[in-house]
Amino acid sequence: MIASVHFPILQIVLPLLLAPVCVLLRGARLAWFTALTASWGAFGIAVALLYDVLAGGPVSYAVGGWNAPWGIELRVDAANAFVLTIVAGIGAVVMIFARKSVEHEIGDSRAYLFYSAYLLCLAGLLGVTVTGDAFNLFVFLEISSLSSYVLISLGKDRRALYAAYQYLILGTIGATFYLIGVGLLYQVTGTLNMMDLAQRIGGQEDLRGVHVAFAFLTVGISLKLALFPLHFWLPNAYAYAPSAVTGFMAATATKVSVYVLLRVFFTIFGVDFSFGQMPLGEILMILAVAAMFAASTVAIFQNDVKRMLAYSSVAQIGYIVLGIGMASVTGVQAGVLHLFNHALIKGGLFLAMGCIAYSIGSTHIRDLGGLGKRMPWTAAAFVAGGFGLIGIPMTAGFVSKWYLVLAALEQGWWWIAVLILLSSLLAVLYVWKVVERMYFQPAGGTGETVERAEAPLGLLIPTWILIVASIWFGIDTRLSAGAALEAAKTLLGAG
Amino acid sequence: MTIEAFPPGLLLILGAVLLLLLRGRAREAVTLVLPVAVLAHLWTLPDGVLLQFSFLGMAVEPLEVDALSRLFATIFAIMAAAGALYAIRQSRFLEIIAAYIYAGGAIGVAFAGDLITVFVFWEVMALASTMVLWAAGNENAWKASFRYLMIHLLGGVVLMAGIVAHVQAGNGTDFVAMKPEDVGTWLILIGFLLNAAAPPLSAWLADAYPEASPGGMVFLSAFTTKTAVYVLLRGFPGAEILVFVGLYMVFYGIIYALLENDMRRILAYSIVNQVGFMVTGVGIGTEMALNGAAAHAFAHIIYKALLLMSAGSVLHMTGKRKCTDLGGLFQSMPLTTICGIIGALAISSFPLTSGFISKSMIGQAAVDSNMAVVWFLLTAASAGVFLHAGIKFPWFVFFQKDSGLRPKDPPLNMRWAMILFAFLCIAIGVFPGTLYALLPYPVDYVPYTAPHVINILQLLLFSGAAFFVCLPMMKRTLTISLDFDWFYRKFFGILGKEFSYLGVDAYAAAWTALERRLERFITRIFKHHGPAGVMARTWPTGSTALWMAILLLVYLLLTYV
Repeated sequence: MIASVHFPILQIVLPLLLAPVCVLLRGARLAWFTALTASWGAFGIAVALLYDVLAGGPVSYAVGGWNAPWGIELRVDAANAFVLTIVAGIGAVVMIFARKSVEHEIGDSRAYLFYSAYLLCLAGLLGVTVTGDAFNLFVFLEISSLSSYVLISLGKDRRALYAAYQYLILGTIGATFYLIGVGLLYQVTGTLNMMDLAQRIGGQEDLRGVHVAFAFLTVGISLKLALFPLHFWLPNAYAYAPSAVTGFMAATATKVSVYVLLRVFFTIFGVDFSFGQMPLGEILMILAVAAMFAASTVAIFQNDVKRMLAYSSVAQIGYIVLGIGMASVTGVQAGVLHLFNHALIKGGLFLAMGCIAYSIGSTHIRDLGGLGKRMPWTAAAFVAGGFGLIGIPMTAGFVSKWYLVLAALEQGWWWIAVLILLSSLLAVLYVWKVVERMYFQPAGGTGETVERAEAPLGLLIPTWILIVASIWFGIDTRLSAGAALEAAKTLLGAG
Repeated sequence: MTIEAFPPGLLLILGAVLLLLLRGRAREAVTLVLPVAVLAHLWTLPDGVLLQFSFLGMAVEPLEVDALSRLFATIFAIMAAAGALYAIRQSRFLEIIAAYIYAGGAIGVAFAGDLITVFVFWEVMALASTMVLWAAGNENAWKASFRYLMIHLLGGVVLMAGIVAHVQAGNGTDFVAMKPEDVGTWLILIGFLLNAAAPPLSAWLADAYPEASPGGMVFLSAFTTKTAVYVLLRGFPGAEILVFVGLYMVFYGIIYALLENDMRRILAYSIVNQVGFMVTGVGIGTEMALNGAAAHAFAHIIYKALLLMSAGSVLHMTGKRKCTDLGGLFQSMPLTTICGIIGALAISSFPLTSGFISKSMIGQAAVDSNMAVVWFLLTAASAGVFLHAGIKFPWFVFFQKDSGLRPKDPPLNMRWAMILFAFLCIAIGVFPGTLYALLPYPVDYVPYTAPHVINILQLLLFSGAAFFVCLPMMKRTLTISLDFDWFYRKFFGILGKEFSYLGVDAYAAAWTALERRLERFITRIFKHHGPAGVMARTWPTGSTALWMAILLLVYLLLTYV
């Protein structure tokens, strides 16, 4: 099939070109339908690519027929095919959710703006994932970031504007750091293609320029993935953005940044340099553990459940980074696997919060009383997702935790394994707090009859798709753990 | 992947979930039939590994059958059936569903051929038993269930760390006898012991169980601690430390039970005490001792459930649970009184009851292994058991003074459940051969010898006499005994605010200093991590930029190192 050769570029072009179409169409229904087509198309392509790559090895695509290193290369290997599938999959599922949710929170008159920004963001994220060119990555990063600022600012709460503004400033600083790093590398090596960079850095590791580039890249990307203590933009952005945006971004934006981090550490600089010459492992470990505990503790005391989940995201990113910081196959596998599992779990949880916001109009913990009776399906989805966060067996969270502990013990890091497991108990506390309110506290009013206020199916179905997936991948791990293992092997050059 | 039979534990769990679809009479009928069907199913299973597949690259064997696992699964299924009969009309239906899932988890553990399966069902039990507690539906049960869940998830975490380390050390996942010699096996042992209510965290049991509904506590008493005994039997037979742990539990249970005033808390402490006997048996580790521990677990589930059913009936009919409020009930509740006395005799190992033929095996094993001190302590403890559970419970509840209460015997289904278990208590005591045939090792022990019977009767007679001589001292006053659980109750209580434990008591003064320090600690956490704390505040943009600069600087400086 001829089209399949062009899958890597079609992946990006489809949402990128349909984004302006949404603006032209204007009508909320039509725009939604266009966006739905684009996102599901992208998902289909991503799945096809994943199967191609797992079966036949990396796929390389020269944009415009210009070969690397002169032209831009799109390169899909096991690592980014996996991330592509996650991003496109979440993007597609959230798009089903978006219609009702956007109608409610943003309104039909501005809906087309949402859909085009959403598609641009999706295109940017997919582009970041698929490209094999360091500068091109920056371009896509900016596409996704700029559109995500717009998406956040569409939130109903006026604080959304400030959150978006803060994210804009910080995101720009982060991107600038990344660009400075890439510039320095270009200065040293004269190339921007990642594979080429990797080859040319070999032998020049002692150059000061390479070291400085490494530092800039690491810090810049750390901000984009909200690594503690550079996470301050995240809670507000997630809390005040429209529900669909929070669900989408929480499950994709930070994950893609994690992927970029993996690329930079393992593909461009190589394990020996990143973790041998630079003391990256130790720094990442400290920051990750700090994230796990500090952010989880903050989450316990939060009163807005969306904000609570946002802090929990910061903690979960800690787990992912912890796995990566071990720089072993099992460690990276655990990190990538948790990236996947957490995307499903947290995506599902935020969508459940979207359902609640739709029916109740608030996600504040005091308004959630009696929800177990009023919205049984949504409440049950939250409980199932909460189990995943805690890491109860037969949820995806357990599988991640298992691999993470395994990897820590493989390194002989006893106390890290203990810390991982102890910090998962903090998740019990914040999940419990919400569950208690939903099932044990009566609804806010005084003795009034509790009427059912379940969210419409258009919201429930996508929520449950993600929740069921998070349980499915807790039981059948062949796909997720297998793909994560392939990704880890590819990144570490062991397979 | 091989599938030769469907796991009975899973059958019970799935059946419980399907019960949600039924209503009315059909639901009642299926509820009562389901555990019996599970029992019939598990007795058709041949020995050996019947189900095997691969998970996370490890061999998982959720169904491996042998005599020991069949013994425990049998009593768990019987317990589920009788418990459901007892609770079916009186408890919320959620409680029965949760209890079946809980029992299914216990049966799952009993048939687990590998550690992964053990862990999965372990967590199923933790969650389902928490739901059983919730189902009581009052504020105290709710708070207790949270403390209970935290302790058990902590145990699960320890167990999981142990299993991972065990696998990591290249031992595979097979669940066979281990020795506590490296970190992995130690952690597994600690995880197991936590569910057995071993020290120092014994207190969760007496803290949580009495808050359950009358039917709920009957379920709770059976599964968690006895699966722990089962996994110890399978995983750590002959681990010497268990002798000490077990003896500690035996005396811990007696002392607290003697101090206690709440009848169901008395029985909760006596669970710890009885499990102590079993743990000691596992620690002795000879075939006789292991047989004894297994048989005692079997017998204990029945008589403890019977005791709790009679206590639950009293609670159900009177709404009172303190010994000081009760008394003289034998006049209006004859059947409950008789069943309570049969249970009390069984727990005191009176001849012709189930306790007599099981507990004596553990003592005999201590003698055979030349553990004179252990034997002496166990015998002394037997007297203590008779004091606190054998006489104290029935005396203060059913006789003693006349409290003026004239409740009737409980409804029909509760009566039948009690009659069934009272019958089993005596049947096992009279025909010990049936139970002995089920034990994992061949039994050549004859309980009914003249010296043994006389010995026990003397012991019981003298401790009984001691009870009535000391009666003025045994009179319960309105006290609340303080236990180790105070630490974590208080700790989590302040942490969660909502979960704060309100029971103030006279002893608390001694702890004020510590409490203040703890409170300061929590306040400090809240100050920094609370909604307005430094960690959670919405920071000005510049501060993050500053952090970026700092991190960049750190990275750059480190390149010089």
